Amino acid sequence: MTIEIKELHKQFGKNRVLKGIDLTIEQGRIYAILGPNGSGKTTLIKSILGMVIPDKGHISVLGRTIKKDWKYRKEIDYLPQIANFPPNIKVKELIYMIKDLRNYPSTEGELIDIFGLEPYLDKKLSALSGGTKQKVNIVVAFMFDSPLIILDEPTTGLDPMALIRLKELIRKEKALGKTILITSHIMQFVEEMADDILYLLEGEIYFKGNIRELLEQTGQPDFEHAIAALTTTGNHA
Amino acid sequence: MLKILKYSFYDLIRSRWSYVYFLFYLVLGFVLLFLNNDVSKAVITLMNVIIVLVPLIGTIFGVMYYYNSREFTELLLAQPIDRNSIFMGQYFGVAGSLTLSLVLGLGTPFVLYGLFRSNAIFDFSLLLVTGAFLTFIFVGLSFVIAISNENKIKGFGYAVLIWLFLAVVYDGLFLMSLILFEEYPLDTFSLVATMLNPIDLSRILILLKLDISALLGYTGAIFKKFFGTDLGFFISIATLFMWTLLPILGLRYKAQKKDF
Repeated sequence: MTIEIKELHKQFGKNRVLKGIDLTIEQGRIYAILGPNGSGKTTLIKSILGMVIPDKGHISVLGRTIKKDWKYRKEIDYLPQIANFPPNIKVKELIYMIKDLRNYPSTEGELIDIFGLEPYLDKKLSALSGGTKQKVNIVVAFMFDSPLIILDEPTTGLDPMALIRLKELIRKEKALGKTILITSHIMQFVEEMADDILYLLEGEIYFKGNIRELLEQTGQPDFEHAIAALTTTGNHA
Repeated sequence: MLKILKYSFYDLIRSRWSYVYFLFYLVLGFVLLFLNNDVSKAVITLMNVIIVLVPLIGTIFGVMYYYNSREFTELLLAQPIDRNSIFMGQYFGVAGSLTLSLVLGLGTPFVLYGLFRSNAIFDFSLLLVTGAFLTFIFVGLSFVIAISNENKIKGFGYAVLIWLFLAVVYDGLFLMSLILFEEYPLDTFSLVATMLNPIDLSRILILLKLDISALLGYTGAIFKKFFGTDLGFFISIATLFMWTLLPILGLRYKAQKKDF
């Protein structure tokens, strides 16, 4: 298994965000982490990345306990939710910088072609539109060959063409046997891409399984309604 | 850490504010030399400016840089880099580039004026060294404040308050307590009180070296009497080191525990 999480708790002030998450993520699948706003999706992802330090619980990535370690992040590509880069540097300098920091072979040239970023390479990051920044964000996240990819809201601001390219890219990575975690609020995107759904509600895993199981459990005709049904039943419970 | 330092440093070196800061010192240096027409006198005037301004600029730049680079810090945190390296790199990048602006900005006019032929070269270097210390101390303090406060306005407010307290209020309280307790022996008190404030300490450090009794005042006199110039100098430098170290340790401690 790629990621193993046991009894994960996290509290921000009085707000208990994660209340005992138990989770195993298997290799080579695409997982969609869903849930209403504030359900703990980003906190869960950031705990895996070591950006949020859990109060209690155990996380291991590729068989290594992540507590007080940072080297395991070599195996992770991460796309953060908001792409906000240092304003004074150029796109190609940012790419070069991340390459320099990680110091591995990378495939940024190919990705720059795919997303048509060539004309922007010499522009400063502060001069880019939101969508273009997100494309740069995607290039930075995908340019390394890591076995685990974590995407937080990857579709934000993308035009339809870029969205198609992104989907192709994710499928290609999956075909290489990589494990991919995605959070998104675009249900159509999730339905198309995800093998498994993890539904978080109020800091607990409320549902885990594939889309077929979800439809059966909720008795809804389509995915979007099934997710909505999960949210409302969750609120009643 | 060195890579982060390099990028933070370049990022700052290319920002407009670094140039403004550099040009400010350049102009200040030339104007003072032109008005005073004497390197030693210019050094004294400069001291009064540096002692107050360097901490303020360090505080503001530190807080601004920390908050402005938050998202970028998050990007770095997801990379295989140790947390400490990220924050230490940024800290030394900011403090380093500010120090560079200070040294180059002030150094250029003085060198052109003929610093190397003047005997004020030691005083002048000391001025730059204290300026560098103050930059590192106040950038450190502002980083600690910024990392402890999610709210930018609060962080900015606290940082400026710390500066205001150490640069202005502290001296006022100090003087008031001297007047209030003038019947008691206050030597040890004023020594300790001076040590506890890096701005006062820097002032004393330069004054001790400049050897101008008119400007020495009460605290300086005590410093001179107790330590003799060399020991006083050594202790002041050591204390400034402590002052630099404390915020760095605080920053490391906070960085290890913080959630992003």
